[in-house]
Amino acid sequence: MKNKTIIILLLVCTVLLGFTTNNYFLITKKDVELNVPKGFPKPNYKFKNNKLTPEIFTLGRKLFYDPILSKDSTISCSSCHQRLAAFGHFDHPLSHGINGLIGKRNVPALQNLIWKDTYMWDGGVNNLEVQPISPITNPVEMNESLAGVIEKLKHNKEYAEEFRVAFKDTNITSEQLLKALAQFTGLMISVDSRYDKYMKGEDTFSNSEKIGLELFRAKCASCHEEPLFTDNLYRNNGLRPDTSLKDKGRGAVTGVEFDEYKFKVPTLRNVERTYPYMHDGRLRKLKDVLDYYGSPENFQPNAAKEMYEIGKLSAQEKTDIIAFLLTLSDKTFLYDRRFVDPFMK
Amino acid sequence: MKRKLLIAFLCMASATADAIPFTGNPANEGTLSVTFHNYVGNQVLQFDTVLYNDELGQSFSITKLKYYIGNIHLKKANGAEVTYEDYYLVNEEEPSSKKISLGNIPDGEYIGIDFIIGVDSLHNCSGAQSVALDPVNAMFWSWNTGYIFLKLEGKSAASKSPGNIFEFHIGGYKQPYNCIRSVSLVFDHPITIDHANTKELHIKTDVAEILKKPTTIDLSKLSSVTDFHNATTIANNYMDMFSVLSIK
Repeated sequence: MKNKTIIILLLVCTVLLGFTTNNYFLITKKDVELNVPKGFPKPNYKFKNNKLTPEIFTLGRKLFYDPILSKDSTISCSSCHQRLAAFGHFDHPLSHGINGLIGKRNVPALQNLIWKDTYMWDGGVNNLEVQPISPITNPVEMNESLAGVIEKLKHNKEYAEEFRVAFKDTNITSEQLLKALAQFTGLMISVDSRYDKYMKGEDTFSNSEKIGLELFRAKCASCHEEPLFTDNLYRNNGLRPDTSLKDKGRGAVTGVEFDEYKFKVPTLRNVERTYPYMHDGRLRKLKDVLDYYGSPENFQPNAAKEMYEIGKLSAQEKTDIIAFLLTLSDKTFLYDRRFVDPFMK
Repeated sequence: MKRKLLIAFLCMASATADAIPFTGNPANEGTLSVTFHNYVGNQVLQFDTVLYNDELGQSFSITKLKYYIGNIHLKKANGAEVTYEDYYLVNEEEPSSKKISLGNIPDGEYIGIDFIIGVDSLHNCSGAQSVALDPVNAMFWSWNTGYIFLKLEGKSAASKSPGNIFEFHIGGYKQPYNCIRSVSLVFDHPITIDHANTKELHIKTDVAEILKKPTTIDLSKLSSVTDFHNATTIANNYMDMFSVLSIK
């Protein structure tokens, strides 16, 4: 009798556990609703011609975590874009790729992408949907061709079925692949940090955080504009070019000398998690960044004028600014179950 | 944002030209087939084996030729036009890609055809696309996103590139490196297209023009163009490589 009870209990537990796991990974219609909070600008990428559906989002999630996108099936998007680092790369100055190769830039975090007008540090990519082509085909990242990826997906029974269900089409195309990835990455939205709650009057700041916010607004916000914490423009932040990387930034894209050594102003949301910092990851800690920005004598001559508006920063000012920056961590986003690796299921 | 507005404006401007509405009635509509014939001078282009001479007497062979055609307008004498939104990728390697079919042409007399070589800015910024504009066609730059309008590749003893190759990958839709070029071809005499008269337009694409004028390209000095450097020079050369071969 006792044994029977235990067996029944175990069965119930298994079933319950099964249900929870399924629900945990199940994407519903509500999960793919786009909610733009009050006070945020209108998104640039509007999912036009790419209507959000649970099936396409789920497919995009799988593709994002699947190394099938790389030449030898070793590297996935998530290899460098780690969820708990706001989809940046924890502790890696430069990006890593296939066969241990190393790229020339720091992996950018993926968040609030639908508000951007261009992508990458140099803004070379003009639409969220075509962004993945760059890492897929880059020889030091995934080193695969789009045609090669499509072939592999076509020969994979699971994907053949998942694409058919998502797009109601028996043929797999690059357009579908790219749109699925755009749905998944486009919904990576961070708008629920302590800062956001404070702004809505739902949370309080310590004195240091309050002072930090004021200092930030006076010294940093002309480039890291609220509420996205970037104005999406390109600037030279005074860093001396790394002669081993030979990276001219925006200038290499536009062919205009005036743009050389400029990089896109990154958002500071979840900045606590996106270390190391700068386009080449040369600064390890937030304190290193503040030390650098607070020392105008270190800037190279062509630094943006905003850089000189910062002025010298005292130790206390740095501490307060960092206290404020930590309020930009968004646990709702970082621990959002919709973005968890589905291969863990 | 300014750029977006400009694009929207340009689109509206082209849409408000005297467009002839499709009649929706096949009984009043005809078809024009347009075939691109790739030449080098007066010789039909042949890959690999045939050596051609450039303006400077340097010999070369051709191993690849692909280019985008779009924004096709078929014109009437009174200025009215039939317009097509599709893009076509002419690829010497694929004979079927060289022949395109323009349907739903309202019965009437037509005096010429306009098109662009390249892909307009709107389609360069529209994200993931399919068919001719599918990036799997290897006519898309991912590091500085946009379509490659024309690829011409070959070999020449004059070239100092590894393997004596030359490669011209021309694209770019933003000023000052805009490589989109408009082409306007006028027919010798007006042609009647109607539901009973399907016409064939044969266009000659003279690849030699790409190396010829207004700037003579010296393959010993310029054998590789794969970004904005020198791109508009090549574009200015390719803009007049098209002519009407025959109409049947």
